Amino acid sequence: MIVDRKELNFWERTYAPALLGGLKVTLRHFIDHVTGRKKVTQQYPEEPTVVPEGYRGAPYLVKDTDGNTKCVSCQLCEFVCPPKAIKITPPGPDGKPADRANAEKMPEEFEINMLRCIFCGFCQEVCPEEAIFLQNDFSLTGLSRAEMIYDKEKLLSLGGVNKSPIKKWEHKKKEAEAQDSFPVKA
Amino acid sequence: MAAKKAAKKKTIEKAETAGVADAPPIEMVKLKVDGVEVEVPKMSRDWEGNLRPTTMLEACQIAGREVPHYCYHKNLPVAGNCRMCLVEFGMPMMGPDRKPVLNEDGSVKVAPMRLPYDPSLPRGAIACATPIAPGMEIYPGSDATRQMREGVLESLLINHPLDCPICDQAGECKLQEYSIEHGQAESRFVEPKVHKPKAQEIGPRILLDAERCVLCTRCVRFTRDIAGDDALGIVNRGSYNTIATFPGQPFDNNYTLNTVDLCPVGALTSKDFRFQMRVWFLKETKSICTSCGTGCNILVGSREEKIRRFEPRENDAVNATWMCDSGRLNYKWIHREDRLTRVTGKRFTERNQLGAWPLALKEISEILRDAEKGSVAIIGSARLTNEELYLLKKLADRTGALTDSVANLGEGDDFLVSDDKNPNSNGCRLTKFCNTELGIHTTKIAEGIRANKIKTLLVFGEDVTKAGISTDLLDQLTHLIVSDVLPNDTTQRADYLLPGCAVVEKRGSMINVKGRLQKFMKAVEAPGDARAEWEILREIVREVEGRVGFETIEGLFNQMAGEVVPFDGLEWASIGDTGVEVEI
Repeated sequence: MIVDRKELNFWERTYAPALLGGLKVTLRHFIDHVTGRKKVTQQYPEEPTVVPEGYRGAPYLVKDTDGNTKCVSCQLCEFVCPPKAIKITPPGPDGKPADRANAEKMPEEFEINMLRCIFCGFCQEVCPEEAIFLQNDFSLTGLSRAEMIYDKEKLLSLGGVNKSPIKKWEHKKKEAEAQDSFPVKA
Repeated sequence: MAAKKAAKKKTIEKAETAGVADAPPIEMVKLKVDGVEVEVPKMSRDWEGNLRPTTMLEACQIAGREVPHYCYHKNLPVAGNCRMCLVEFGMPMMGPDRKPVLNEDGSVKVAPMRLPYDPSLPRGAIACATPIAPGMEIYPGSDATRQMREGVLESLLINHPLDCPICDQAGECKLQEYSIEHGQAESRFVEPKVHKPKAQEIGPRILLDAERCVLCTRCVRFTRDIAGDDALGIVNRGSYNTIATFPGQPFDNNYTLNTVDLCPVGALTSKDFRFQMRVWFLKETKSICTSCGTGCNILVGSREEKIRRFEPRENDAVNATWMCDSGRLNYKWIHREDRLTRVTGKRFTERNQLGAWPLALKEISEILRDAEKGSVAIIGSARLTNEELYLLKKLADRTGALTDSVANLGEGDDFLVSDDKNPNSNGCRLTKFCNTELGIHTTKIAEGIRANKIKTLLVFGEDVTKAGISTDLLDQLTHLIVSDVLPNDTTQRADYLLPGCAVVEKRGSMINVKGRLQKFMKAVEAPGDARAEWEILREIVREVEGRVGFETIEGLFNQMAGEVVPFDGLEWASIGDTGVEVEI
């Protein structure tokens, strides 16, 4: 598409209307602020910021409504994490039993290095268990590098409870219990 | 140069005559795979090595078209029960006069096979068990074949629990791979899935998750026909079909963990590897098992300098695709807490570690250079590599030292486990480090020490107190120079203790009991200050002789190949991943 340049008249060629129009806006804001009608400066951090819905803050682990750790240590988030911020220690053959017995598995340790994390949200997207979510925290501080590596306990306490009604492991358990007449049990 | 060429020719001739010498050449058959004409042998060998007609699956493989399959395995009898390898195919048409029907252009007409009761539908055949015929056409890429695969996968997934996040097989699961490649994205089944027992212990090293099983019976056939222990079978009917052992009889032989490799899904999993690490994180390094003289080819799975598992690697000349459980699980000592990681000894303490290596090597070299002829003895383990034994032999020739190794015999079986528990006894013999029998000089060395003739003893990788040289004799020595991996009675008495490497921490080559020269690669870094023995010896030889003539393991091997007769004409690069035969 070709737009023809509008021919400017003499008055416009002096730049005066554009200049005066700009000054009008400045004047309006000046009056608004001087009279206290409008305020744009937010007194952060004294005044807390409310982030919009869908905001991608720090990733935290969540528990289900029964208080079980949802993560099963599948390590897909560790694999997908672009800055390699996540480090999971799988339970191994002799690890602590999982919160939900039929989920079999739970991470022994789950660490996110918040200095490395770029808040991209891949971990949340890849998680097959809906166990990790990017939440609202964006300003993380610590006095040392070690303090900025969040362990499983910290991530779970910060993450809170996920209210999703879908509980696939419970569903599997109930389905299996309903068929307790399995012919031969080895 | 001429000698090298002659040697090469000799090995080729040997390889040719080693096979079936007088067997008639196998006839070739022409057929088409997805429209491309290929020539395949009419007969090929089955899992036992007997000739039988080539199958469609093999023809497709020759044509470069992979046919998905679960139950077929080239080293197992064909069962043909998973139906995954179904393909559409066509046969040359035959008229009522038993003469081929021709197209207008004179070529033979090929008719795609149809269902007898509904000729509008194609009839597939399982590629793994259908013999080829001249002029046939196989369509592994056709729409009908694709639909058959989709249908089979849908059936296999009816009762599959889809618990990939907690399944150890995820990442190397054929059900996952084929579902992505050939399956449908969504399940049409709304009925509840049949649930079966999960994580049952069917043997001391094996867990069975019956829900995940696709009933291919690879494990059943392996343990019955290869391992010779008919321990597994299928019980119950229909959707309740499940793999089981005899009641009260655990699945326990020395080859059970092969069923874990064979299992295309996560039904049989290793207890040792359970929840250790997801397989996609594992770095796989080509290596060999050094638990006995067989030298099974293995893949070492490691992550972050930690060995996670051993898996067999295919080599038809040694172990096919199998390995024994004892060898497979013999890796834990590598990460033991008490590994030797520092140069220690009477002169070295924790404090003066900085520069301990150069100092120790310099002093050892001086001792060896100044030693009187015959006052040195060397005992090298038959767990060392050819290269290390060659360097030790070089030092021995220089100092006129008596050399010996320690025989380590145990119980073998008639499959893979050898009764020679040293992985490189033949290397000791070929490098002339030992005589035909290992350990016959040890008494001479002990007598020499007792008579005060031998004043310096070099020990590489053996506890000589268990091989006839008592601790009193060791105390009598002027210099005891020891290199080892784990502490023992000998290392405790060393004047110079040089920390060495496990096989997975270095490169080198070994010769198995049947005379196959095989090389192995480095999987993980050695802990602490430990160094590969060949690097230690390189520095000592450099100091003692003034020059070494190589820096890398490749250079060392090539130098050795020029001096050790059976290796004549070989190069590091020409050994390949599966090794070469040498004359023993």
